[in-house]
Amino acid sequence: MTSALLYSMAGLALFAIGFFGVVVASHVMRKILALNVMGVGIFMFLIALAKRNPLVVDPLPHALVLTGIVIAVAGTALALNLMVRIHHMDQSSQEQSK
Amino acid sequence: MNYLSSSLLLPAIVFLPLLAAIIAFIIGRNRLQGLINISFSLTQFLLVVLTTLLFLDEQTDQSERYVIGGWGAPLGIDLIVDGFSILMLALTGLLTLLITLYSASYFSDKYNASEKSLRFWPLWWFLISGLNALFMSADAFNIYVCLEIIGLSAAALVALQGNRAALQAALRYLLVGLLGSLFYLFAIAILYRSHGTLDLMQIAETASHSFPDKVAMILITIGLLLKIALFPLHFWLPPAHANAPTPVSAILSALVVKASLYILIKFWFDVLGEATTFGASQVLGALGGTGIIYGSWCAFRATQLKLLIAYSTVAQLGYIFLLFPLSEYSMGVSSFTGSASQAAVYFIVAHACAKAAMFLAAGNLILAQGNGEIAKLKGIAVREPLNVLVFAIAGISLIGLPPSAGFIAKWLLLTTAFESGQWWWVIVVITGGLLGAMYLFKVLSLAFSTDPAVVESPTAKSTAPVSSVPVSSVMTTVALILALITLALGLNAEFILNISNTVTEVNGI
Repeated sequence: MTSALLYSMAGLALFAIGFFGVVVASHVMRKILALNVMGVGIFMFLIALAKRNPLVVDPLPHALVLTGIVIAVAGTALALNLMVRIHHMDQSSQEQSK
Repeated sequence: MNYLSSSLLLPAIVFLPLLAAIIAFIIGRNRLQGLINISFSLTQFLLVVLTTLLFLDEQTDQSERYVIGGWGAPLGIDLIVDGFSILMLALTGLLTLLITLYSASYFSDKYNASEKSLRFWPLWWFLISGLNALFMSADAFNIYVCLEIIGLSAAALVALQGNRAALQAALRYLLVGLLGSLFYLFAIAILYRSHGTLDLMQIAETASHSFPDKVAMILITIGLLLKIALFPLHFWLPPAHANAPTPVSAILSALVVKASLYILIKFWFDVLGEATTFGASQVLGALGGTGIIYGSWCAFRATQLKLLIAYSTVAQLGYIFLLFPLSEYSMGVSSFTGSASQAAVYFIVAHACAKAAMFLAAGNLILAQGNGEIAKLKGIAVREPLNVLVFAIAGISLIGLPPSAGFIAKWLLLTTAFESGQWWWVIVVITGGLLGAMYLFKVLSLAFSTDPAVVESPTAKSTAPVSSVPVSSVMTTVALILALITLALGLNAEFILNISNTVTEVNGI
């Protein structure tokens, strides 16, 4: 078993664990984290893919991962912002009802 | 000769809305804001019309390719257009122009929404830019980036409404969108592993029945079905489309779901056609059929006007999925040719125009009424005759009555179902039409019912709700234009079918 294959398998496992989390988790924060775990799984798979040939490194998957990270950060930021806003709204409506 | 692939026209269609987004962000709230945005949408429309005319003029049976920066695939990212993508681009150009006109009034001081306009315009143009780039992309990873640009800006646009329901809907929409994109991204990684390229055409050349290709196709299908909101993955769509600001609802239902559908059709028929099976296409058809019935039923039971229209989108998307079982299937490959593909293309165009018109008219009615409840619409036809007319015309098209675009689309679908001997789809389509008539006539009969208290009393005007605002004539006119386009598409089907014929002649991506 080569190390590249091992990393691919780990990436696959992370993807599956993350997906399980997205479906099962009830709290939004957990869902956002689980989505990030899924993303990291794919990135790992891509990076392992770059080393398929032990002699040469394929630079293209690295570029894909960099782009993917940027998108993941943007998506996570937007999701967190929405989550916090909803939380604040719920808090202020609770205080009003008291 | 091949002017499209050598000119800057194709990249310009991607970069113009990007430029508009940045300019809209820099100038902020400004007296000229509306004018600037309208001129951008007009320029983009003209560019798209020019591209369409050039494409039709060249009469090529090949797709046109623009090599960005002269790098070329597999290293560079190419733009590519064929008949189907030209049609989608033209649709985007037209709807952008009309909805921009509508939004310029919708987000004006008159409706106390100029604060929102500050955030609306940059996001709006990013969304349009993502759509344009998606319809031209020849690169699998570039499609992922476009999907994310569309998903992020669309979720932010839904959240613009600002109330709790809208924020909740936007968050769910965002998470589902991200999940769908991750499935797609994983499929791309698998495809790159087995094909060594990200260029769609090069992947298509080496696609096979192999296990990795099948897994990739399954992942792509699941991911995109989440984004298209096919039953039973539709749960996020009705709240998102119903709670968004009106122009956003219109573009989400008309184009954004179709963007993912476009990618699915491309992969299913062109790129990974070898990896699809007849059984899988029947499953997609069955889900579509269930979606038609279930969506129509939920629409009938909805009490909010915009929620009714959003459920109607779930139902209408189901019709388009009948494309998969009805398309010609031979030698283990289903092909995007013949009358099934024509019906699907026509359905996409017809639904986009009718649904945009209906959402805009509904937005106007809600402004006039000050309330989104269907029960409150009683007798609204007296005060807002034009908007009710638009709603009725769009409804005729959605039900599929002549003379409308929806009629032609359903006609093509029914004849295809008979020709292929799969008569059970005919029953689904007809039942869907009847249910469609039920929920739309429910609204219309209320709108036309005269409330004696309102009509007879001399102070009829004072019975109008306090929160109502007179609807600006621009907003009514835009909705009316869209409704008339829906009718014109029904009377002059040749035009769309000509372009979509080019689609079927184009063999490749």
